[in-house]
Order: sequence, then C-alpha cells, then structure tokens
Amino acid sequence: MTALAAPAPTQTVEHPDVLRRWRAGPLAIAGLVAAFYALGFVVHDYWFNAILIPFLIMALAGLGLNLLTGYAGQASLGTGAFMSVGAFATYNVLLRLPDLPLPVSLVIGGLFGALAGVIFGLPSLRIKGFYLTASTLAAQFFLPWLFNQYGWFSNYTTSGSISAPKLVFLGADLSTPLGRYLLTLTSVVILTWLAWNLVTSQVGRNWMAIRDMDTAAAVAGIPIAFNKLASFAISSFIIAIAGALWAFAYLGTVDARSFDLDRSFTVLFIIIIGGMGSIAGAFIGSAFVILVPILISNVSANLFAGAIDAGQSENLQKILFGALIVYFLIKEPNGLYALLLRARRRLALWPLKS
Amino acid sequence: MSEALLSIRDVSLSFKGIKALTAISFDVADGEICALIGPNGAGKSSLLNVINGVYRSDRGELTFAGKALRRPRPRLAARLGIGRTFQNNALFKRLTVLDNVLAGLTRKARASLLEHTFRVGRSASENRHFRELAEDTIAFLEIEAYRDWIVGQLPYGLQKRVELARALVSRPRLLLLDEPMAGMNHDEKQEISRFILDVNRDLKTTIVLIEHDIGVVMGLSDHVVVLDYGRKIGDGTPQEVRDNPDVIAAYLGTVH
Repeated sequence: MTALAAPAPTQTVEHPDVLRRWRAGPLAIAGLVAAFYALGFVVHDYWFNAILIPFLIMALAGLGLNLLTGYAGQASLGTGAFMSVGAFATYNVLLRLPDLPLPVSLVIGGLFGALAGVIFGLPSLRIKGFYLTASTLAAQFFLPWLFNQYGWFSNYTTSGSISAPKLVFLGADLSTPLGRYLLTLTSVVILTWLAWNLVTSQVGRNWMAIRDMDTAAAVAGIPIAFNKLASFAISSFIIAIAGALWAFAYLGTVDARSFDLDRSFTVLFIIIIGGMGSIAGAFIGSAFVILVPILISNVSANLFAGAIDAGQSENLQKILFGALIVYFLIKEPNGLYALLLRARRRLALWPLKS
Repeated sequence: MSEALLSIRDVSLSFKGIKALTAISFDVADGEICALIGPNGAGKSSLLNVINGVYRSDRGELTFAGKALRRPRPRLAARLGIGRTFQNNALFKRLTVLDNVLAGLTRKARASLLEHTFRVGRSASENRHFRELAEDTIAFLEIEAYRDWIVGQLPYGLQKRVELARALVSRPRLLLLDEPMAGMNHDEKQEISRFILDVNRDLKTTIVLIEHDIGVVMGLSDHVVVLDYGRKIGDGTPQEVRDNPDVIAAYLGTVH
C-alpha cells in the first residue's frame, strides 16, 4: 500500500464527511415527526395556512423534483404542470368516484401525474441538459392549457376555478385548518419515507450514476432508459400529490392558473437553495422560500414604519432570491444543506480548527 | 490453450469514411491475459468499444462464450459478463468509493423498484448481499481506507483502482482494461500488474488490456495482439511478437 497511498489531504481536499448524507438516527427523525404532529395542536390557526401547510406542500414538491433533478440529473421546468395534473385528476376522481376513500383518490391523482411524467420524460431518452429542460416546458404550457380549455376537467364550471369538494376520511372532516394540516403532514411523512427508501437503495445509486456519467453507467450495466423514465414517473407521482394537496388542503380551489411557470421556478429555487440531491434540502429550501417573504414583509412593515410598500418589498424579495440563487449555483451547489453539515462539523470539532 | 472465450472475426469500423479498424480477427482464450498494443491511433480503444457495444462495427462478428453477439450494447455486454474500465477514468465523481463499487453490481440486481420503495421482499437481503460483495472487492484492491471518500477528491492512481473495483465487483468473465497503468510511475505499475495477475489467477477472469509499456506487457500477458493503422500486424506469444519484423517496423520504423 505504499506506492498508491493517497497524499495527506491538503486544504483543497475536503474531508469526506462534508458531503456525506446526514445519517440522522431513527429516534431523531421520529422526534421531529412527532414534534410536527404536536405542533398542529398548539399553534394558532393563522399558522396553518400562512406557514405550515404551504411549507410542507412545497417541500413535498421540492422532494419530487429533487429525485428527478438532484438524484437522476434530469432538469425539469414542468413541476407546475405535474402539480396541476395531480390537482385535476384528484378532483375528478373525488367528483366522479365519490365512494373511494380520500387516500386512494390522492394516489390515483399521483398515478396520473406519473403517467404524465413518463410521457413528457420520453425526450430524456434522446436529449440532455438545457434542451431537455426546454422540452419539459412543453408540459408546462400544454397541460394547464388543456385543463383550462376543456370544461370536462373542471366539471364545466364557468370561471375555470372550482372549489374543492369536502375532504372526509373515515368519517372525520378534514376541512378544518387542523384537518388539512394533518392530511398534508401525513402525506408528506409517508412519501418522504418512500423517497428515502428509494434513494438509499440500488435504484438511487443508479440514478446518481446516470447523473454523474451516463455512458459509464451503461457500461456498468445500469439500464439507462428504464431508470430515466422511472425517475420521471416517481418524481411526478410525488409532485402530483403535492399539487392535489396544494389545491385541496391549501387553496381550497382547483385552478390551473395556480400551477404556472412561476410555480415550477419556485420549486426549482427550493432545491437549488436547499440542496440538490438531498432529501433534507427540499425541506430546508421550502422553509427558506416560505419564511423569507414573511420575514421581509414583517421587517419592512415594522422596521421602516411603512416607508417600504408591499410592491417594493416584493421586489426586494425577488432581488434577494435572485442573488442567492446565483451565489448557490456558483459557490455551493449543494445548498443550505451542505452549509449546515459544514457548520455542524465545525461545531463538533470546536474549539479545534477544522 | 483452452477454447476461445471471445472471438473476433473480420471486424471493421469506420467514422465517416475514416477507417479505424480493418478486418480484425483474433481469439481470446478463456483464462488468458491478452494485451492489445500498438502506436497511438492504432484503433485499440475503438476495438474495446466495439467489443462492449459502445461503438457498432460496420462489419464482422463477435462471439462471446459460444454465443454470437449480434447487436452488442453496453448494458447487454455488462449483463453477459463483460466488465470495462476507461482510459480516462469514467467514475461517478460525486459518489463515494463504496457507492461507485456498489453501482457496478446492478447487473446482478433482482429486487424491483417497488420492492426497494416499500422496503419489502428482496430489498433488504439484496442490499446486505451487495454490501458484502462490494466490501470484498474493496478489500481485494486494498482501498478500504478510502471507502467513504468522494471519488472526485481522490488522486488519479486511486481512481483507477476504484474503477477497476467497480468493473470487478460483479465478477465479469471478461475484463476489458483500457490503459490501467497510464500516467503511473514504475512502482505503481508494479502494483497494478500484481492486482491484474491476482484477478486473473484467483478469480479466473479473462483479461484484455491495452498498455503502452512494453516491459509490463511482456511480463504480464499470455498473448499479445499488435494493431497499427487499424490493422492487425502481429498476434502470438510475447516472444513471437517481439521477434515479428512487422511489429518492429511499426514501432521503430523501417529503412526505406
């Protein structure tokens, strides 16, 4: 082992722990989940709709996109479209098959999303990178247009915007803020667990291998086409359920206009800021994207005593997000997640210099 | 000599009219180490790419383990048991050494996507089994100390070894090594040579390798094939090839 031994790590070589997954113990995870459930019973109603529900749903959408982009390396701007598929499919299942239990309707909505994902993922078998991203725009423009254009999807409502049917499960009314929160949280917990299983298995490894070098992956025996389409399917399944929850548990209406290109960009920002290729990253990014605007509007209202109006604070928010995204893309592609890991390592070694 | 594991018959390859390989034929016997040598641009890497389906030949036949390879594709070649390393490392840069090696086991994977998603069925046992196989190969190539390192951060020589581990972990019958010792010093070459011999003897893996260092080639291989300008100009034992006047001419030039 003399000849090929690695040189002593220099300062440019980071300790491997930096980018390793956060192996949070099962106890810590269970504690976190329990805390979120408990939170539902102590907070004021305002919290549900202003913070907790949108945070969880956007984190779920971020999780779905992260599987596709962060793990499998296929960039997409069709997130909003896949969310709209979930919302409209679930709406129609609730409307036309009212006897099905709510979770089944959500899963069916997700399956329609997966189907749309596979169809709009087909170009990934031939093109990559920027060109693929541009082709996912086709989904973004086509699907919401389709739902607007044909009245059948919205049960021929004249406004194109429909109020969601009542959410009932096992006789319990889930239309209250707490009910909607618990529905969202439970969906997020289950889907995150499934995503975690996937990315830590051989499937997740295959996706990352394709992301890092697809020719080498093929030579190593990894089925490229199957894995690319599977990543589109599973990612869109999760995103579609996020879309259904966005319509039913958050907005209370189903409207194609709430799933526009801006929505796709927001989800993309979540994973860029939070951390590409990490599950925690989707949650960190979502918390950031939901909380920072609230923070900015509070600060500008209280600190500057109305000197900054709402329009200005919205612009400030855009400037801040734009600057952060440029920063993260250049300096830290692994996002806030990597920054947190690094901070944790420094704290663990403190006061020694790391 | 035992019967041929791989037989190449009349293989030709051209890129937009430029001939890379012209009517190449030779056999690789089961269990041997076969070296492909020749000047730069002789078509050695192209030939490896034809064997595992990265390129498709214009003409010719490949037979592997008694079966004709009609439409070789990289993944099919891998499934049949043809492993491969590249001249310029083709590793999964952002994964750890362990994950890179584990990725090489996919051809042996049986558990389905749904089994993995719900952690049921064969998922857990396969994860455990793969982990054992990967650890064995990592130990065999003596890279345990780097198991959890991100490969992009490792020095070149170690990356070559990780790539060898990834190709080896699924126990291929035939291993194609494209310049496994490129850019290494004498000691490093000795060490890689030892690994290649160990793989060949202990694991009974047939090896086709491309190498420029004639000293290493003569010491390592049972069989040497010489290419020049896409044609085969020599084929035989190291001694025969060394004495072949065409080979000497290709390497040293001739008196005109």
